[in-house]
Amino acid sequence: MSTVTAPAPEAKRKGNAPETSSRSRAENRLGQKLVAPAIFVMLLVTAFPMLRALYLSVFNYALTAPEDKEFVGFGNYVTALTDPLFWKVTGITVLYMVVTVAIELVIGFIFAMVMHRVIFARGVIRTSILIPYGIITVVSGFAWQFAFSYQNGFVNSWIPGMDLQFNWFGETTPAVVAIMVSEIWKTTPFMSLLLLAGLAQVSEDMLEAAKVDGATWWQRLWKVILPNMRAAIMVAVLFRALDAYRIFDNIFVMTAGAVNTESISFLTYRQTIEQFQLGMGSALSVLLFLSVLLIAALIVKLFRVDLAQARQE
Amino acid sequence: MRKLGTAVGCVLILLWCLLPVAWIISLSFKSQTAITNGSPGFLPKDGDGAGWQNYTDVLDNEQFRRAIFNSIGISLIATLLSVIIATLAAYAIARLEFKGKKFVLTMALAIAMFPVVSLVGPLFDMWRTIGLYDTWPGLIIPYMSFTLPLAIWTLSAFFREIPWELEQAAQVDGATSWQAFRKVIVPLAAPGVFTAAILTFFFAWNDFVFGISLTSTESARPIPAALSFFVGADPFNRPASLLAAGAVVSTIPIIIIVLIFQRKIVAGLTSGAVKG
Repeated sequence: MSTVTAPAPEAKRKGNAPETSSRSRAENRLGQKLVAPAIFVMLLVTAFPMLRALYLSVFNYALTAPEDKEFVGFGNYVTALTDPLFWKVTGITVLYMVVTVAIELVIGFIFAMVMHRVIFARGVIRTSILIPYGIITVVSGFAWQFAFSYQNGFVNSWIPGMDLQFNWFGETTPAVVAIMVSEIWKTTPFMSLLLLAGLAQVSEDMLEAAKVDGATWWQRLWKVILPNMRAAIMVAVLFRALDAYRIFDNIFVMTAGAVNTESISFLTYRQTIEQFQLGMGSALSVLLFLSVLLIAALIVKLFRVDLAQARQE
Repeated sequence: MRKLGTAVGCVLILLWCLLPVAWIISLSFKSQTAITNGSPGFLPKDGDGAGWQNYTDVLDNEQFRRAIFNSIGISLIATLLSVIIATLAAYAIARLEFKGKKFVLTMALAIAMFPVVSLVGPLFDMWRTIGLYDTWPGLIIPYMSFTLPLAIWTLSAFFREIPWELEQAAQVDGATSWQAFRKVIVPLAAPGVFTAAILTFFFAWNDFVFGISLTSTESARPIPAALSFFVGADPFNRPASLLAAGAVVSTIPIIIIVLIFQRKIVAGLTSGAVKG
């Protein structure tokens, strides 16, 4: 933390040192002017509401009774963190994230390999892979909810030996499976496109050399292709994991949080928008934000890749 | 052997992508009475077909028509504004040296990771205070904020690949600077801008959390929210085939965009000039 206390004037002088010419000063000004609108719009909807969430989270504040607003310090956080419901919901959210991302990574990689190799019908494949990616998550949720429905769906009759009257949304485990299927179907194409970009960067010469040296297909995959794609895999896992941790749409549409399928996003939404408990909801929002940061840090650490380096900054 | 594997893989990808789409289309042709009585199976059984009835019902529904109109309007405006702002920022990031460049990129990344749900509470409160609740701008603004990071990253990566020397080369060959920009830089940059625009449009079209939290009536409610609130006469038995018809209608714009622009994106990513 010692760097924070370093004297500010010195840092400023250092920053100013290279821009002696008027040309570079002008470039500096133009650059800042061009990014200013983007910064403004991005902060408008994130920084201020987030600060407001931080502020509201230390109050007991319900929109239904605004005059009863009362300062409770960390009371909301204590309530949330000591409530078994919070931990149960966090657990199920982590389960959604880990299972969907793991399956998507494997299937997405296979799809990327196929797309990388295919020459014939390339356009058709790439067009169709963009369709699940573009379809509204709510539509995907409906499609799979009706597909799993025993009244009007087809899944029960397609699984050999399945009870035709089986209700997928009656218990936690099958309902979670159905939600995961919808989530995986919709987002695997995104994963595979990110991995395809990484696959294109693996040098053919290196693969050829490994082949000449007698490496098997399996060895080439694990020793040449995957290590060279580490940055691309990390970006794909990072983006998808954070997205999966925020899972909301599919749960809302398919079960509305019934039979213990609720995720942390859904719980937060229920507190703020449905029950108007802005104080408690804000505390949950802050906790959700912190857990997203934690997951991001863990993934970056796990892959030991500098993100800026990955983008050739 | 290798070819066979690739062919099998292609078939699997096509099945993966298109089977659920085929299912929702098939469902949209089951009649509403068949759905109420229960009609399991992939295709409508004999006598359970509804023809175009569900589609006419959906398109006759005023709420649904308004939702389509809202979604198209809001998504297009958000995409246009977001891409313009992102192009300016990405040009600066790719081409200019200025203080705070790293800050912009880091902030964009942080916002891309932001849990959207954690903002809707405070936003809901703010929008109600300043009168943006249940209006088009009330959705356009958050859509812009959340699509800017992706647009800026995509575009700055793209702009960095453009051989900007070509602009000077054209000027040396006698082109005015406007001609050099118009005839050389714009065609090279266009695929990147298209890619960013499509990603932005998809995000706005797909959004659900803002759509249900920041609107309350049909004056701004977008399609995903309208579909989820559409319960029909019996709340315990959703009108599956009617919803399916609505879902198919809401997917048509996405399919049109993919069909028109897929080539452009791929061409943009593979054209020799860009690789330089």
